[in-house]
Amino acid sequence: MNFTPMAFIDNLYYMGMGMLSIFGVIAIIIVMTMLLNLIKLPAKKDKDQK
Amino acid sequence: MPTSFVELWDSILKYVVMWIIGGLLIFLAIKKEMEPTLLLPMGFGAILVNIPLSGAISRFTEAGELIGEEGALTTLFNAGIANELFPLILFIGIGAMIDFTPILTNPKLMIFGAAAQFGIFFTFCLASMFFTQNEAASIGIIGAADGPTAIVVANKLLGAENDITGAIMVAAYSYMALVPIIQPPVIKLLTTKKERRIKMDYAGKEVSKLTKILFPIVITVVAGLVAPSSVSLVGFLMFGNLIRECGVLDSLSETAQKTLANLITIFLGITIACQMEADKFLHPNTLLILGLGLFAFIFDTAGGVLVAKFINLFSKKKINPMIGAAGISAFPMSGRVVHKMGLEEDSSNFLLMHSIGVNVSGQIASVIAGGMILNFFYHV
Repeated sequence: MNFTPMAFIDNLYYMGMGMLSIFGVIAIIIVMTMLLNLIKLPAKKDKDQK
Repeated sequence: MPTSFVELWDSILKYVVMWIIGGLLIFLAIKKEMEPTLLLPMGFGAILVNIPLSGAISRFTEAGELIGEEGALTTLFNAGIANELFPLILFIGIGAMIDFTPILTNPKLMIFGAAAQFGIFFTFCLASMFFTQNEAASIGIIGAADGPTAIVVANKLLGAENDITGAIMVAAYSYMALVPIIQPPVIKLLTTKKERRIKMDYAGKEVSKLTKILFPIVITVVAGLVAPSSVSLVGFLMFGNLIRECGVLDSLSETAQKTLANLITIFLGITIACQMEADKFLHPNTLLILGLGLFAFIFDTAGGVLVAKFINLFSKKKINPMIGAAGISAFPMSGRVVHKMGLEEDSSNFLLMHSIGVNVSGQIASVIAGGMILNFFYHV
């Protein structure tokens, strides 16, 4: 086991990319979920019209 | 084999230390009721594999030749953990247990699930100062607070026979059990009493059955496209959820939630202990890994809480920042911890639906984080 402090700095890139990717994927999932939630609306309208 | 009295004493001492560790895990499981389903089998397994010349695990000569027959726990390990079968099957059970309704009614809660993965990547950077990149990434994933994900990632990046894989698995499961002890001090340190008393309304909107059925499919496709390595993790979790939500497989859903999950948990705990052999486990690296794992949980908690506080700076409707801490995956302990803390501050403050919603999103985000780590560092 070696102690290499510079590795911390070198790997910050992966931390940035990792967090950015997770927020990106979650943002897509949030949008998709909001769209999924809209699915029920037309059905309700149909019922109201009936 | 020990060749002198001193060596003999050393090896006996090592076994005794491991028995004490095993006993401690059993004590925490029974007396303190900390994740008994995991800690009890692990504690008993730790004693089982550290009986001198234990037949429960395979023993090898220095040349690598098997002595006698293969141990039963080694067989289980090769059959279920080295090839990631147990954690993936367990994910079906976990998926069947999870009700995604809280995040379907309030999808924005998922932001905290993402924020609470900060500890994984920060710990990875910290660990990289002492370990190789793949080892550091496997240590960081302890912060996923999700045992199956930690096993899959560590196995893929390091291989099941790596000396530190066992310590990573043990840390991942032990800290999950210690969530009620680790999280509250961190949350209290980062929040004021006034913030902890913030009440949040819960509008229990109705979610259509079609939405509940499509959700696991959509998540699998989105996560799979972005992080193909996470497909097996996300896919098994969401398959379990689809069984639950489809409405025509109630019997399978019940089996996945109870019988299947219980069976796998029994074998998973005791098989992980296979990696707790004194010679492998009692090593300075193990202590360092346990310390880094603790850091991961602390920074995960901090990430979730701080992002909630940041959102509060711009939001009219204030969020109780404690719910951000539930974004770590440990489901449902973390959600319950936050709810309990809310009640301690104000007995009329019910945060359960919000904290469980964030907790569920943490489950999804931690699996995606595992996939991201594999995308970065796993090259076949």
